[in-house]
Amino acid sequence: MSDYLLRRLLYAFPILLGVNIITFFLFFVVNSPDDMARIHLGNKYVTTDAIEKWKGERGYDRPLFYNSEKQGRGKLLDTIFYTKTVKLFVFDFGQSDSGRDIGYDISQRMWPSLMITLPILILGLFLTISLALAVAFFRATYLDTFAVIMCVCMMSVSGLFYIIGGQYLFSKLLKIVPISGFDDGFLAIKFLILPVVVGVVGGLGSGTRWYRTIFLEEVNQDYVRTARSKGLSEKVVFYVHVLRNGMIPILTGVVALLPSLFLGSLITEAFFGIPGLGSYTIEAIQSQDFSIVRAMVFLGSALYILGLVLTDISYTFVDPRISLR
Amino acid sequence: MSFVFLTTDILLFLLIAILLVYGIYALRHEHLFRPWKQVVSRPFSMCAVVVLSFYFLIAILDSVHFHPTIESSSGNDVQHSTRITSVLDLVLDAIIAGTEKTYSAPFSIYAFAKETLVDEDGYMVREYPRLKHAGSHLPEPASRLDDILNRSVVGIGKGLIGWIFFCAIIIFMMSRIQKLAIRGIVKKIIRGQSSLSWRTFFLSFGIIFVLVGIGLQLCPHYHVLGTDQVGNDILYQSLKSARTGLIIGTLTTLVMLPFAVIFGVSAGYFGGWVDDSIQYMYTTLSSIPSVLLIAASALMLDVYLANHSEMFVSVTARADLRLLCLCLILGVTTWTGLCRYLRAETLKLRESAYIDASRAFGAVPWTTIWKHVVPNVMHIVTISIVLDFSGLVLAEAALSYLNIGVDPSMESWGNMINGARLELAREPVVWWSLFAAFIFMFVLVLAANIFADAVRDAFDPRLRELN
Repeated sequence: MSDYLLRRLLYAFPILLGVNIITFFLFFVVNSPDDMARIHLGNKYVTTDAIEKWKGERGYDRPLFYNSEKQGRGKLLDTIFYTKTVKLFVFDFGQSDSGRDIGYDISQRMWPSLMITLPILILGLFLTISLALAVAFFRATYLDTFAVIMCVCMMSVSGLFYIIGGQYLFSKLLKIVPISGFDDGFLAIKFLILPVVVGVVGGLGSGTRWYRTIFLEEVNQDYVRTARSKGLSEKVVFYVHVLRNGMIPILTGVVALLPSLFLGSLITEAFFGIPGLGSYTIEAIQSQDFSIVRAMVFLGSALYILGLVLTDISYTFVDPRISLR
Repeated sequence: MSFVFLTTDILLFLLIAILLVYGIYALRHEHLFRPWKQVVSRPFSMCAVVVLSFYFLIAILDSVHFHPTIESSSGNDVQHSTRITSVLDLVLDAIIAGTEKTYSAPFSIYAFAKETLVDEDGYMVREYPRLKHAGSHLPEPASRLDDILNRSVVGIGKGLIGWIFFCAIIIFMMSRIQKLAIRGIVKKIIRGQSSLSWRTFFLSFGIIFVLVGIGLQLCPHYHVLGTDQVGNDILYQSLKSARTGLIIGTLTTLVMLPFAVIFGVSAGYFGGWVDDSIQYMYTTLSSIPSVLLIAASALMLDVYLANHSEMFVSVTARADLRLLCLCLILGVTTWTGLCRYLRAETLKLRESAYIDASRAFGAVPWTTIWKHVVPNVMHIVTISIVLDFSGLVLAEAALSYLNIGVDPSMESWGNMINGARLELAREPVVWWSLFAAFIFMFVLVLAANIFADAVRDAFDPRLRELN
């Protein structure tokens, strides 16, 4: 097991390196630091001095890959590639273009994101699994057809409309919860209710339909027929056998998502004004802060790879036939 | 008129040409033709096909661009405006009421905001002014409801007449092709006994004809879906947005398809270092959360466009290039999934006897791949093209909302939502812009979802993973 983990971590390294090369290419080769400086300083009537000063303050005045003016290791180390990209590997995000410490900002802003995404995941999972099981129980009836049609309709509504509709209904008309905002500690709850409800409802359609097919596939397995022929009631067959076996693909699918929960959701956080990592990314896009976007891309892919490793491990827990070597 | 071909226009027409060639090819090959026949034999998906083709018709009309001619006062030389318009613009300009000053509610003949007016006695009063175009034909405001009802009834009547002509032509053609009596065909269709669900086909067209009939009667005299902040008709914008949505949904797949097929198939077929490096490539790309990759690329695109503004002759060309780049960026994030499935399927196919036979006859690898592997993985390609479509249309709206989508000057449902979301806070609420974007997107995405389900069931019902 530990061998396996070590090997997976070693596999992760070239992938993260690839991610960094992609972002490096995007941020420094497609547009040179001069271009970025010009955008930040207001495009027109920018003097070369101002560009040099802007670059100097942010450390973009080095050469891209190879610094011929330095001695020894400095030739490779005192470059943009090393200072801006390689340092990400030790999660040293450096400073944002506006001079803030990105690592500190991320450590502060991931918790509000988690406060939204985790309840959505847990509640959504509980609700969709219950609904899907109920629909699978009434398979091939009008109820089933109706539920599938409802699911397809719900899937066809853009997520934006769930948010807009929810805000309009609960905040403007009924005035139950505030439209947007955030607060510290327990006071945050009243701001969290609406985004969580909207998130759960928005995922209901596709989730229920997806889990329904998983359960239906289990219903046709041999062990279900055996269970029925033992004389077990349909309820026991469903809640004990089908549910437990159907949970294997569902749970392992969820484990892959767990690390990415920290990243939050861009759209939800933008609409509800939640100071998480999603809105952090949006603010960075809007103020064209390249360092933050680069750090977020790296963090996102690192968390994704972590999710893959966790998925593999979770397989060994739920299915004893699989062992990691 | 001098025609202008924007890049996305050319690609869209290329796509249509490919579809036509595929259609003709499929007609002659039973194994390709049968699944499609199965798709349109279901009533639901037949209805979806009709709706989708209506959207496509709008998008195609909106993709024929040209510089309109200006009436020149001096001499006979023809002059062209620098403005780029499309055939759809021409049609809509003719049938939709003109631009107002600001917001107005659907079917309203008064503006949304009060203005200081001078009444008959010469006093200054704060009143809702009459709209410039909507309802200007009415002698007095009180007759508005009667007028709308009258026009709707006439519209329904005209729509039904058009529909009957349409049905008659199609049924006549069917009777000529199938060499059957018209009466027999009509009976079969009404009883729903025909092999394709022609009944749904005609009913769906009936609804479209009636809607178009009502629209043609009402649109010149009212703003059926209201107007936006600068007084533009919402229906006009919603119809123009169809092109943006469809371009994103189709061209993204078109640009990523060659890469996904070539990489996926060769990874599965050759194995070894080819497989390793291709796997590394798509694992790396798919490990970046797609919204972050799109955000980063869009940000860089913005900087690039801002620094190279001299490259573009017009705002339309610039918006068009941005749309194409968005398709490319979305394509980069979506091709990895298809690539993985194609690799897995090719791994399975590689062991089959007919591939061995092809190799034994001495065919070079690419001949084997082109003649034996690619045709046998095409069903996966078809299914994934159709499945991706609705997700891409929805993604466009979300990205435009985050300001990393299409150009703000381009009509799109995302931009409509973005422009209107703050208006819900107004009193009274300005809901019609959001409502229009919602309806147009919902109908398109719903039709696409139903169609995609039918296509998947027809081509490979076991392929549930692609979802």
